Amino acid sequence: MSDTGNTLLSVNNIEVIYDHVILVLKGVSLEVPEGGIVALLGANGAGKTTTLKAVSNLLGAERGDVTKGSIEYMGDQIDKLTPSELVKRGVIQVMEGRHCFEHLTVEENLMTGAYTRTDGRAAIEESLEKVFHYFPRLRERSTSLAGYTSGGEQQMVAIGRALMANPKMILLDEPSMGLAPQLVEEIFEIVHRLNKKEGVSILLAEQNAMVGLRYADYGYILENGRVVMDGDGESLRSNEDVKEFYLGLESGERKSFRDVKHYRRRKRWLS
Amino acid sequence: MEFLHAMTIGPIVEIIEYPTFFMEVLIGGLLTGVMYSLVALGFVLIFKASGVFNFAQGAMVLFAALTFVGLMEHGLPMWAALIATVAVMIALAYAIERLVLGKLVNQEPIILFMATLGIAFFLDGFGQTIWGSDVKPLDVGIPSDAIDVGGVLINWFDITAAVVAGLMVAVLAIFFQKTRIGRALRAVADDHQAALSVGIPLKTIWMVVWSVAGIVGLVAGVMWGSKLGVQFTLSLIALKALPVLMIGGFTSIPGAIIGGLIVGAGEKVAEVFWGPAVGGAIEDWFAYMLAMAFLVFRPQGLFGDKIIERV
Ligand SMILES: Nc1ncnc2c1ncn2[C@@H]1O[C@H](COP(=O)(O)OP(=O)(O)O)[C@@H](O)[C@H]1O
Ligand SMILES: [Mg+2]
Repeated sequence: MSDTGNTLLSVNNIEVIYDHVILVLKGVSLEVPEGGIVALLGANGAGKTTTLKAVSNLLGAERGDVTKGSIEYMGDQIDKLTPSELVKRGVIQVMEGRHCFEHLTVEENLMTGAYTRTDGRAAIEESLEKVFHYFPRLRERSTSLAGYTSGGEQQMVAIGRALMANPKMILLDEPSMGLAPQLVEEIFEIVHRLNKKEGVSILLAEQNAMVGLRYADYGYILENGRVVMDGDGESLRSNEDVKEFYLGLESGERKSFRDVKHYRRRKRWLS
Repeated sequence: MEFLHAMTIGPIVEIIEYPTFFMEVLIGGLLTGVMYSLVALGFVLIFKASGVFNFAQGAMVLFAALTFVGLMEHGLPMWAALIATVAVMIALAYAIERLVLGKLVNQEPIILFMATLGIAFFLDGFGQTIWGSDVKPLDVGIPSDAIDVGGVLINWFDITAAVVAGLMVAVLAIFFQKTRIGRALRAVADDHQAALSVGIPLKTIWMVVWSVAGIVGLVAGVMWGSKLGVQFTLSLIALKALPVLMIGGFTSIPGAIIGGLIVGAGEKVAEVFWGPAVGGAIEDWFAYMLAMAFLVFRPQGLFGDKIIERV
């Protein structure tokens, strides 16, 4: 699918069920190449978060189960690994809604990200410096309780905390949520630099398709637990249907992608 | 009229007339309170980190004390018995996590609470089956006489209890603030999901918390045991920890300490100065009355969780 390099993560036709009865993902497949930024786009409730949690195995804590399909990371099946083991292998999720440890300081928050590391204090200090280098604001706020920092700073803490694990891949869930456009831009720029300079691969879940596609090399559009379209960032952005229905360029009301097909079919019949 | 006088003016006059006696009662009460604090502390640790209301904390206090005394009776020197008991409490924490709570992840809090009820009954029974159910005297070498501090008599025992409790809290504070595991523990207490997402293994953390609660229980058990002898009633002291928690707040370590002190001092002073008017035994229900008052006027307790609201 891409020439950036080898496939780092491949999700093959997975099905996810919550509480043993609620079928949420109905066969989702996607790939993340090494060093790539891949966007998972779709409306609220489409199943983006569920997909990321299936990869990071945070589903277990929510009574969710992958009942079909497989997930491979660097060639290994990872379905049975705990989140902690996955973090050790370099896969870490930044959860939607930031989830900072409110009663810990910013620096302590960052240090929790290094929990699984065994490469010694000096290496961890070095990572902390790196995080402060990418997020200078966090250095200024390092002794404040995270609960008292702004939404944008909390998002930076959440990303910085993940970086402290020295990850190969970050599963980044809705970093733009609830942030002013300017801040969204600032955060995406940093993520972009992290990807280019540190080689961290990113699987990004975003409702904000406009921003997501601008930074992504490749994108998947998820609807109702299924991938309805995929392609590289540029082609998705210039695709008329995506423009119309996801980028909100034409009308405010968002229609379903299935309506698009239906409408196309009708157009074909009529012409 | 006479009753009213005995309830209001009488005790106050007495307190003013005999200030050193009042001080003695107050300090004695505070120091008993320290022991309540120790038991309450175990509750708070587990509740904060896992949201489990551990009904078995009292049983853990008894079990730890029984094991400690039992091992000493079998000829182990005190230091060896202490180390062995710490090991037993850690093993117990491991067993509880593996055999009971680990099987109940994602269950409702009430189910977890019921599980701890089961653990409490098991520990009470198991401990007494192994070590016997007679009252065992425990002597860890604390002198039993009192010293005179500016006219106020204070028991050596009470002073020792206070120092031990103080040390315990200091060690815990360092553990929580300065170590990697301590930091992870606080992270788990703040947000389970996020802790999981950064790779903190919840099960390990919960095992550490139960171990720490077990060790705190051991300290409480040894202190109470050397005061009252090691016996089944130790398990019931946990019931006193309940009002302590309602007063101090279920999630606050300082709350557990202050709550314990308030209950200890309050019930002693009430017993000595107000007891005669109502025929005594105030000590038995004072804590619960006070806790009720807190439930009505300040349900989160004195130091109940501060919720950070960003503006
Ligand atoms: N823990 C859960 N239990 C049951 N249903 C859930 C749970 N989490 C999410 N869902 C459902 O799964 C669907 C997809 O949710 P989600 O993956 O959060 O979507 P997105 O991140 O794209 O907004 C939604 O319909 C949601 O209601
Ligand atoms: Mg989501």
